[in-house]
Amino acid sequence: MKKEDIPQDTGAFGKITKEVQYAIDAGGNYTTGLSKGWEVKNSANDAAWQDIEERVHAAREKVMKKEASPLLYFMELKLMDVKVLAGYTGFRAWRVRRHLRPDVFKKLSDRRLQRYAEVFEVPVEELKSMMPQ
Amino acid sequence: MKIPFEHIQAAHCENGVTSGLLRSVGITRITEPLAFGIGSGLFFTYIPLLKVNNGPAFAFRTMPGLIFKRTCQALDVPVHREKFRSKEKAQKRLDACLDAGHIVGCQVGVFYLPYFPKEYRFHFNAHNLIIYGREGDRYLVSDPVMEMTTTLSAYELERVRFARGVLAPKGQLYYPEHNADKGGPATDELIARGIHKGIARNIRDMLHIPGPITGVSGIRYTGSRIKRWRDKLGVKKAGLWLAQLVRMQEEIGTGGGGFRYIYAAFLQEAHAFHPDDSLIRISDLFTRSGDLWRDAAIQAAGIYKGRLGSQADFDQLGDRLFEIAALEKQAFQELSKTKWRS
Repeated sequence: MKKEDIPQDTGAFGKITKEVQYAIDAGGNYTTGLSKGWEVKNSANDAAWQDIEERVHAAREKVMKKEASPLLYFMELKLMDVKVLAGYTGFRAWRVRRHLRPDVFKKLSDRRLQRYAEVFEVPVEELKSMMPQ
Repeated sequence: MKIPFEHIQAAHCENGVTSGLLRSVGITRITEPLAFGIGSGLFFTYIPLLKVNNGPAFAFRTMPGLIFKRTCQALDVPVHREKFRSKEKAQKRLDACLDAGHIVGCQVGVFYLPYFPKEYRFHFNAHNLIIYGREGDRYLVSDPVMEMTTTLSAYELERVRFARGVLAPKGQLYYPEHNADKGGPATDELIARGIHKGIARNIRDMLHIPGPITGVSGIRYTGSRIKRWRDKLGVKKAGLWLAQLVRMQEEIGTGGGGFRYIYAAFLQEAHAFHPDDSLIRISDLFTRSGDLWRDAAIQAAGIYKGRLGSQADFDQLGDRLFEIAALEKQAFQELSKTKWRS
């Protein structure tokens, strides 16, 4: 890639900082330039986020139908899977999986809910209702 | 307290941290491409059984941590590396280092990294940054992928140092030992030997690891898999998987073209230490490979944006990867014939 061809299509990262790209100058020698982003990877990111939104939406539906506890919704919202969530909360994975059941979730103590709430960065009330306070 | 330190932006975090930490012990000649090449950073793998963020797992570079380790080893710089169970101990140890006046590299997860844009905050745990001081509750942070330095509160730093999931950093910190009297300044000879060794190791990684999923054969393998994705996954999911490939290839930290441009830059710099003109020629091959990777990304984008989607489009993309594999194979084979000064 030539230095003058470094793309400047502002993406999510480009709003905050430019990134270093390696490219060749007129003499064929390597140099660095700054890029605000590239349309091809901006759209790759958009595709990934669209997929996440769909997963979050599907999770929400499932919770509404009482097929899962609100933890599923927040887990998807925070891009986590059971393993990651288990890591952050300190619960064992099998426990987290149990807590994903609505009937088990309902009986959780506030202290345990608090551990989830902290990881998801929401108040306990919101954790139960999925409604921002 | 603030330790005098010059923030230099880099394409990739680990290269940047490596060259930054080496500068702090007086080794100023290790640029980002040199660190990447001496550390044998170039790689490719596709692990079909592993899933990352609900998509396939690709890597265009070697395992996190190895670039720093190998580069320091090559320059005879002893390294201190430490992981922690206890968050308190991790912070105390960091404070002690800063009090003693040396800067520290930290492995962190980016999910809770507040200065990153939300769109980039995935559960990715192999990010690296340098802490170069503390003012009150705030740690002074030099993150090599950012243009400017930034700060983190003690809580924020603890949270990213103890990120969970794959490759959890466990509070890991590392720095070159300062009583490095055996190291001394990196001589031309040491650097030249490091370059030679780094390239030899990279040839091994790209050409000679057995099995189909790594190195040049991994690229071919990915190409042949992509051709089957449309039938196996459907156009939509196949598109998402391709988007994942493009993100691994081009996202912050690769310098463009899946690290191939950085490697090409490394070979040009290597020429100063090993005046064999074939290095310049081979550098061009890697530039070409980076260009081809980017062309492939454009083709992939056509698919995940819904502009393309026929089997012929997938076949064409697969063929592009075959072409890349052949080119990189040629490049590494020619590298293995290079005459070395040392």
